[in-house]
Amino acid sequence: MSIEEIIKQFEPVQHNLLNILHALQDRHPQNCLTEQALDETARYLKLTKSSVYGVAKYYTMFSLEPRGRYIIRLCVSPVCELLKANQIMAVLEKNLGIRAGETTSDGLFTLELSECLGQCQEAPSMMVNNEVYNGLGEEEVQRVLVRMRRRKKK
Amino acid sequence: MGEKRILLKNVGVIDPGCIDDAIRAGGYEGLKKALKMEPAMVIGELTEAGLRGRGGAGFSTGMKQKFTSESCLKCPQRYVVVNADEGEPGTFKDRVIMEQDPHLYLEGTIIAAYAIQATKGFIYIRGEYHESIRKTEKAIKDARKKGFLGKNIMGSGFDFDVGIKLGAGSYLCGEELTMLESLEGKRGHPRIKPPFPAEKGVFGMPTLVNNVETLANLPRIIAHGKDWYRKLGTERSPGTKIFTISGQVAKPGYYELPMGVTLQELIDLAGGMRDGKAFKAALLGGAAGTFVDATMLSERMTYDNLREKGATLGSGAVIVMAEGDAVLDILHNCLRFFKHESCGKCVPCRVGTTQLVKKADQLRNGQPGKAALLKQMVREAEIMASTSLCPLGQSPVLPLESFARYFKEVK
Repeated sequence: MSIEEIIKQFEPVQHNLLNILHALQDRHPQNCLTEQALDETARYLKLTKSSVYGVAKYYTMFSLEPRGRYIIRLCVSPVCELLKANQIMAVLEKNLGIRAGETTSDGLFTLELSECLGQCQEAPSMMVNNEVYNGLGEEEVQRVLVRMRRRKKK
Repeated sequence: MGEKRILLKNVGVIDPGCIDDAIRAGGYEGLKKALKMEPAMVIGELTEAGLRGRGGAGFSTGMKQKFTSESCLKCPQRYVVVNADEGEPGTFKDRVIMEQDPHLYLEGTIIAAYAIQATKGFIYIRGEYHESIRKTEKAIKDARKKGFLGKNIMGSGFDFDVGIKLGAGSYLCGEELTMLESLEGKRGHPRIKPPFPAEKGVFGMPTLVNNVETLANLPRIIAHGKDWYRKLGTERSPGTKIFTISGQVAKPGYYELPMGVTLQELIDLAGGMRDGKAFKAALLGGAAGTFVDATMLSERMTYDNLREKGATLGSGAVIVMAEGDAVLDILHNCLRFFKHESCGKCVPCRVGTTQLVKKADQLRNGQPGKAALLKQMVREAEIMASTSLCPLGQSPVLPLESFARYFKEVK
């Protein structure tokens, strides 16, 4: 789907801006918003480039930098901290060989920290793209990463 | 005290993706009844039922509807906005409703729209709540097919439709005026209040902003009546509340209980303390909430009682800490959270949240003079609270002051 086709699914009104940016980002293989995408959005909604850029920069879930195919969001809420999210962080960093905010060199994973994901009944938690993983321990994390790597090969 | 499920009675019983299941379980009966009443009667029923907003502020839902419906009679449009931007740490009650019984809060939204005679509405859901978004999309589609949304709803002559707006990772957008900015397609910066949304909300029009859990109460109150509702809970806080209890308890999760349950009863319901550890502290209401110690275990958890005791009920989040946990680390986590989420519009909040984290680092590093430092932090947070526009800058003082009151860790 081209940028234009994605944008045109929405009515050209400013209040659709966040929904449009989500749709554009989700359909980009590197989970990001390109300059071209922002420009076309601004033209379509009759907004200045700066206001569209300003919105894209403001919200944590949007990225102007290319990211991995899988975005891992580890929850760092007080609840997850109490239940040792820092140990999960160490496992992720070691396995992926990157720090929070970075992307693996094969372009597969980006590791991010997230505020409360609202999964506190089974902390610690993380999301991988739209999927939620709860009650994490070291083994579970390793299993998820293996599964994601296999998915890539298919 | 056991659970009393009136909002969550269908959880685990019906298929949330199937509207016929929801209808068989009594779904849309409240709407049917409401559409036969005068809008003012619906508002009257909700006001007399004593329902208070479950987003945290505890304001009368009926009164809010009344103000919104009367604030501008010449305005061409009124709106209902559902606050489904649940982001307060430790809170997941709205997610449970959206994922397990989305028709319940959708029905409540339509009843609220009818009460204030709004023909358009928006549901603002946080972007991370993928499952809630999916379930709500399906519920809206199915409700349209059944004639519960759209033109001439169930032959009543009343029109209403609703769309979903996505958040994108900003806690601040859970604050109602900031949410309206975001919903309009802008950066999430707070607006000056007044005017309140009831007068000037989305697109400058009168707007009713209600939390998901609040709206989930409406079908039940209308279907069963205010007298039935008032039998639950306490005189000033009728009904039930969904508490989300997490941390060092054996069975963390969501529990719907009549208002007025004590903290100890809630912990007992959640299976007691994890691994039989001793209770040390609880953070009530999330990061924008208050710490309490064991002296508060027997206090009734209602809006008014907790406020009188210097604590908060807030969203109903209860984060439990046990002997061996460092309460200071959790305070630090809350302050780091505020720093990350501050939008930067008000200088005291932008600078203050950063300063508070720096000082919390010093508290943890164990330098001498910590008691004085903590006192200074509370004072600075008080100044921030009185000089910031929105609840974010007003919140750090809550965990800070209550921490200083109860815990001697830094003395």
